[in-house]
Amino acid sequence: MPTIYRRMRIGLDIGSTTIKYTLVDEDGKIVAKNYKRHYSHIKENVLEILKSLKESNLLESDFLFAISGSAGMGIANDCKINFIQEVYATKVAADILIPGTDCVIELGGEDAKILFLGDQLEVRMNGSCAGGTGAFIDQMATLLDVDISEMNGLAEKSTKLYPIASRCGVFAKSDIQPLLNQNVSKNDIAASIFKAVVNQTIGGLAQGRDIEGQVAYLGGPLTFMPELRKSFDESLHIQGICPDNSLYFVAFGAAQCASETYTIDKLIDIFTQYTSSGNYNYQPPLFKDQKELDEFRERHAKDNVDTLPLEGYDGPLYMGVDSGSTTLKVVLIDDELNIRFSSYHTNKGNPVGIFKEILTELYEKYPNINIKAACSTGYGEDLVKNAFSLDGGLVETMAHFRAAKHFQKDVDFIIDIGGQDIKCFKVENGVISSIFLNEACSSGCGSFLQTFANALGYDIEEFAKIGLFAKRPVDLGSRCTVFMNSSVKQAQKDGATIEDISAGLSISVVKNALYKVIRATTVEQLGKHVVVQGGTFYNEAVLRAFERELGLDVVCPNIAGLMGAYGAALYAKSLKLEKSSIIGQDELKDFKHTVRYSTCPLCENRCNLSINSFGDNKRQYISGNQCEKPTSGGKAGSDELNIYEYVRKKLDSYKPVKGKRGRIALPMVLNNYELIPFWHTFFTSLGFEVVTSGQSSHKLYTLGQHTIPSDTVCYPAKLVHGHIEKLINDGEKTIFYPCMTYNIDEHKGDNHYNCPIVAYYPENIINNVKALQNVTFISDFINISDHKRFPTHMYQILKKHYKDITKKEIEEAASKAYQEYDNHLKDLYDKGQEIIHKCRQEGKPIIVLAGRPYHVDKEVNHGIDKLISSFGVGIVNEESIAYEEGKFGVNVLNQWTYHSRLYAAAKHIIKQKDMNLIQLVSFGCGLDAITSDETKEILEKNGKIYTQIKIDEITNLGTVRIRLRSLFEALKQKEEGLEDE
Amino acid sequence: MSELDNDDDIEVKIDHPHFTKEMRKDYLILIPSMLDIHFAICEDALKSCGYNVEICKNKGPEVVTEGLKYVHNDTCYPALLVAGQFIDNLNHRPKEETHKIVLLITQTGGGCRASNYIHLLRKALIKAGYEYIPVVSLNASNLERDSGLQFTIPLITRLSAAIVYGDLIMYLRNKTRSYETNKGDTQKTVDKWVAILRDQFNHKKGASWRYVKKNVRDICKDFDAIPLTKVIKPKVGVVGEIYIKYAALGNNDLEEFLVSEGAEVMVPGLCGFINYCCYNGVYDHLIYGGKRIASMVNKFVIHYIARRENLLIKSIKKYTSITPMNPFKETKDKNEGILDRGTKMGEGWLLTAEMVELVEMGYKNIVCAQPFGCLPNHICGKGVMKKIKQEHPEANIVAIDYDPSATRVNQENRIKLMLSVAREHLDDEFEI
Repeated sequence: MPTIYRRMRIGLDIGSTTIKYTLVDEDGKIVAKNYKRHYSHIKENVLEILKSLKESNLLESDFLFAISGSAGMGIANDCKINFIQEVYATKVAADILIPGTDCVIELGGEDAKILFLGDQLEVRMNGSCAGGTGAFIDQMATLLDVDISEMNGLAEKSTKLYPIASRCGVFAKSDIQPLLNQNVSKNDIAASIFKAVVNQTIGGLAQGRDIEGQVAYLGGPLTFMPELRKSFDESLHIQGICPDNSLYFVAFGAAQCASETYTIDKLIDIFTQYTSSGNYNYQPPLFKDQKELDEFRERHAKDNVDTLPLEGYDGPLYMGVDSGSTTLKVVLIDDELNIRFSSYHTNKGNPVGIFKEILTELYEKYPNINIKAACSTGYGEDLVKNAFSLDGGLVETMAHFRAAKHFQKDVDFIIDIGGQDIKCFKVENGVISSIFLNEACSSGCGSFLQTFANALGYDIEEFAKIGLFAKRPVDLGSRCTVFMNSSVKQAQKDGATIEDISAGLSISVVKNALYKVIRATTVEQLGKHVVVQGGTFYNEAVLRAFERELGLDVVCPNIAGLMGAYGAALYAKSLKLEKSSIIGQDELKDFKHTVRYSTCPLCENRCNLSINSFGDNKRQYISGNQCEKPTSGGKAGSDELNIYEYVRKKLDSYKPVKGKRGRIALPMVLNNYELIPFWHTFFTSLGFEVVTSGQSSHKLYTLGQHTIPSDTVCYPAKLVHGHIEKLINDGEKTIFYPCMTYNIDEHKGDNHYNCPIVAYYPENIINNVKALQNVTFISDFINISDHKRFPTHMYQILKKHYKDITKKEIEEAASKAYQEYDNHLKDLYDKGQEIIHKCRQEGKPIIVLAGRPYHVDKEVNHGIDKLISSFGVGIVNEESIAYEEGKFGVNVLNQWTYHSRLYAAAKHIIKQKDMNLIQLVSFGCGLDAITSDETKEILEKNGKIYTQIKIDEITNLGTVRIRLRSLFEALKQKEEGLEDE
Repeated sequence: MSELDNDDDIEVKIDHPHFTKEMRKDYLILIPSMLDIHFAICEDALKSCGYNVEICKNKGPEVVTEGLKYVHNDTCYPALLVAGQFIDNLNHRPKEETHKIVLLITQTGGGCRASNYIHLLRKALIKAGYEYIPVVSLNASNLERDSGLQFTIPLITRLSAAIVYGDLIMYLRNKTRSYETNKGDTQKTVDKWVAILRDQFNHKKGASWRYVKKNVRDICKDFDAIPLTKVIKPKVGVVGEIYIKYAALGNNDLEEFLVSEGAEVMVPGLCGFINYCCYNGVYDHLIYGGKRIASMVNKFVIHYIARRENLLIKSIKKYTSITPMNPFKETKDKNEGILDRGTKMGEGWLLTAEMVELVEMGYKNIVCAQPFGCLPNHICGKGVMKKIKQEHPEANIVAIDYDPSATRVNQENRIKLMLSVAREHLDDEFEI
């Protein structure tokens, strides 16, 4: 601790969103303090504070002064003022203000910190993958359409928690949206958001160290939201405190560490002189002058659908409803495809209510309205369709394609940037050949710009406009919102104006779409006829940046934001109905919408269901379900044609057999999903009673969450911690989980490695799971691909723990184990062949659901296999077909056993008309960055569609469903060709 | 859509151009930048063996932009940077010139995805329209044999000498630059010696044992002559994924930043990594059996490096007042009790061993630098920190992730936090 001189001190804490100061007298007492939001106008606000201090008459002639805070570093550097790292400042303050505290949890605007005080001092702050901070809660409040100050009150009234991903804001957002669409109460969502923040903080920052003892909560969110503190208390089983001055610890710590003397006039002088360096990466302006803008506007004015009055028109009308994630759009078109009515509303989490209002108004204003057909599309497609008994629905990708074709009949690429999502499709020979949807980690959508605009104190339209003539648009790169926050922060520090930032953000949206979502490298790759749509393209800066980045003029229809609805209307027209079944005016008057929540009893997934009933309860719509069971009266897609289900059952069939050597436990994780038959047979033969940790669940995950050392590792690896904790809790005394650099050699590639995580995860368990000290954990390095040496090696290992074991026994056991492993793979192959055969007999398409063996785990794949099978298709895996292919050359180093199967499967599929591949990729899987590209190339070069589904701790099945529907629709079209309207 | 019935019709693999012996005469070999001192000397070592080489010097945002364009964005940052640097470099040359260029890239050849960089680079080249440019792999695992690059005895001797010089100069620079009385002295000495050594190699000298001994002695003496001011500074070690650890392009000038913040920096040398690779060969033999000959070759290389390392240690002891580095045969066991030496993907057990060694040598403050999402580092970097801190409570380790969008501000802020704690520890020590 710095030596404290008896002096008056001022500490200034310049955070990401606020500025705080404390004035501390020579006895260390806080005499004055204050905080204010700075909206990035840091210099002005600092000067204001200093001037008010000058007028306060509290100051001595000179005093010690230092700056701290996440946004303070640059300024301090430029002004040559002493800078105190903010977490360290907190630590110093805690030592003085709350001695005896063991742990401090501090949440700020854009950062989260945990400090372990005491003997083993450790300080943690969020890294580059962050969320769960004040800004995150802000963002979520916007999403809920409530003021941030209301969040606490809402959470207070909650009765139920929903799982929300705790990794990062963007993930959480995509979890919350479906909840909103399902009409889950805001109270419960608010409380669930708080829990997500808690999980993020504990999971991300504690990194295996227990939070216990006297805990103090600091920072804005924790100070102002008692419910958030309660949520922490509950998760940590503690009773934390929120000390006095909980907002001012950083400022106070900075004051205590200050070592340079200033007078107030000197400081005011320094900050008045301060102009930031103006050193940031920038790009050319979007428009040089008004003339350029005028030309641009003129060109785009040509892509136009006429809007004619509905007043006095009584001809046939076709309605399209696009119930998106944040908005609800409705259009009515006439026989000439002109728009006769359109509306665009934010859905405020209640699309049914909004649509009811729109429809009521239509009926009242135009009593003679003649709706021939009405169709819906979008996230809320089914909800709206069921509620108002529309005539049909179509998946949103198809709706957009229809609309785009209307504007550019040769369209070969469509990009739609909406509020929450980016959708892109490539069209080849008149059918959709590939679909790109933004993965949970790439934001850069409409709401992203909106959030930024609001944070900087503008409304979105105004914000977009000011960027048009920006001189030096900031180069912000392309990544997720959380990263962008700090990029913007840095740019502001470096002197970027609001104009430059506005333009820079618009450009980043475009780059994100192009390089993150589509991963385009050349313009030719996209096509010659690009149609852009979605509300975000009303923003001229985005549109301009897009054309600039592509070097291509694109078509942006004047109804860019209504394209989904317009496409749905075109579809409705194509149905050629006499009269729409949409509910009439009378029925609408009695329309009631009630939601009941329950937990689905039909399987172990225990989905949280929202049961929507409309009108007189005749129509029901259930949402929240992961499979079709609750909606189809208990029957889902046939498990018979789903090899994933078969594998799960098969693995469960390896039951413990009592034996002379006692129990040995195997965690059901990673490569064990394939090796259970091997190890089970091996140890059973040796006289062990082999138990496994069984299938994963989210509850099991939370058991081990606190021991995960790296928060960016893949979810299947994180689950290992839960499995180990479960085995220990169950009282197992011996756990066998070996390290395996090498996998079985199937002679398909250049080598037969496991991925680094699969190979060495036992080491992470040893080094991070405290509870392990009470059990025997056998984790030696073993090479099972070496049949010859294996028994000798196993003998050396087991002998250490079981004195009586003989080499001969082991040799026998090994031989049985290898036999069983071969049988197991053969069995999977046979089952696969059986499914393929059956599908072909019944004329059903076959999906090769590729992944790793551990992707059969329901907690890892979130029931995606069942969801796919509910489309009436057969599911096989790589093992079912890979053995049809010999060794062949690929364009990567083919050195991982599991991945070699993937390439072989892809090659096999090329030759099968009725087979298509969907690859499951776990978030954070480094190897799949390589394998997925190669697989995609193999398939696409040969005219097949490649589909990838990214999965993580929580996966939004709504998006997956859209992808799957689009895929099946595209496959159907490929066969039939799109019918002409 | 083409429905293919005949297996033989499907050719997945694309042929890529090779680097032939004939090309050696008039082709330029481009090498990505990583270690300034080492690579500069290596450049002339390679030239002296008849290869026309050039180390890429281009940096700046274009490198990242090109990388993002042509490499899968979830791939590790080094792959993205290396491909980006090459393509950006090629983009700035006349098109004709690019037809006479070969790219050289190292390939470690383990279970880490890094062994796939060369393929990612080839894919990137195809996408960028440079499909005609051959890529050569420099590896010790018998991957991708190209006839154009041949490991002759002179080549190996000169390269290894260059690396030894590099390690020595880097070590001495780090030991002096933070304490030099006259700012710039250290860098002047570094520049002087890099120039001398390059010149020697140009004249096919500098690699013989006699030369090495003499040069090492003179380098030590020169560095010892730099006037130093005794001040107490926090000592910071840098470890991590090999590219990010060394390349300023990858780690946002980490070393410079640490020095400017008033720290003494230590970055373990390149010989350690080569040793690590060789020991893996030896351990593989112990764990998995297999051919004895590979193990013998590795043991020979280990011995070869040890002799040179020994020379460095002795010379530093004899001619300077600087504490020399630890011999690798001590380093290699520091991971014991924490991480099994069978952990050999990426930086594997070496990363753990280096952290422990640094702590024991007094570099209690450590920056562990890795690409965002680096797979092996989940285990041998972040995974072992808890255990290291348990055994060495004074250890003050911060893990920093690098990727195209991780901002410098955030990284530097985290490092500053580590430094604040380091200074506090320093105060404590000082009071005692």
